[in-house]
Amino acid sequence: MPFERFVGHRSEAVVNVVEKGAVRKFVEAIGDPNPLYVDEEAAKRSCHGGLIAPPTFPRTFEYGKIEGMDWPEAGMIHGEHRVSYESRPLRVGDEVYCYTEFKSYDEKESRGGLLGLVVLERFGEGPGGERLFTMSDTAIVTPALRKTLEA
Amino acid sequence: MSEGTKARPAWEVGDELEERVLPPVTRLQLIKYAGASGDFNPIHTIDEAAEEAGLPGVIAHGMLTLATMGLLFSPHLEHGYVKELKARFSGMVFLGDELIIGGRVANTEDAEDGRLYTFEMYASKGESTVASGKVGFLVYED
Repeated sequence: MPFERFVGHRSEAVVNVVEKGAVRKFVEAIGDPNPLYVDEEAAKRSCHGGLIAPPTFPRTFEYGKIEGMDWPEAGMIHGEHRVSYESRPLRVGDEVYCYTEFKSYDEKESRGGLLGLVVLERFGEGPGGERLFTMSDTAIVTPALRKTLEA
Repeated sequence: MSEGTKARPAWEVGDELEERVLPPVTRLQLIKYAGASGDFNPIHTIDEAAEEAGLPGVIAHGMLTLATMGLLFSPHLEHGYVKELKARFSGMVFLGDELIIGGRVANTEDAEDGRLYTFEMYASKGESTVASGKVGFLVYED
């Protein structure tokens, strides 16, 4: 498989801005129209001091490309997700410097054939380099996808 | 207090969140989520792509199921935020599936700026679990 050689590799950081309209579209799509996500006045009066973004929002960011890696998006299955925030939720207007690291690649036998398990870590930092969140995702390379990749 | 404002939560270990039954998953919802999240993996929206990947039909984004776990904490966001969220996807969600989301308090502890409540969470359809994991919700001090 073409994945092992990327273990330990990182992307260059990419700056993302938490945009008000992007948060609004996102919370509409997930069906969570909390005023703290969309109503500026209500959010200002709250303990957050302004609009925030929902916990799963960081998956919408760009994290840069790991050099040489073409992510075979079609057919990849999401196995696990973790996100943890350092000290506060993301706020609308935040500038977030994001990068990704190819953490590991493993294979395991399943009833349907050999499965590949790709673990990517993703990081978000503020302009001063302070960590805002850490994310980890496991993606599964299915036997059907493997066939396509090896063809 | 304005409408919808809730008192500061103070949960005990074993307390359960009120279960939410979500409307059946629709293709339009998956298309909207694809657009809003930037996840255009076609196994979530296009039947042929799903079949090529060996699936019986399009499946919902795992992250959409996870986002609905966060939904259960939405009423409490005036007092804190979701500090941690982790889940394992154990089943697929197809069009028409009705998900039930719930959770219970597994642990409470003092944190630097408040109290951290850890919940064991699940998303299920009928008897089968499609995702399970944990949410850490931090309630700020006064």
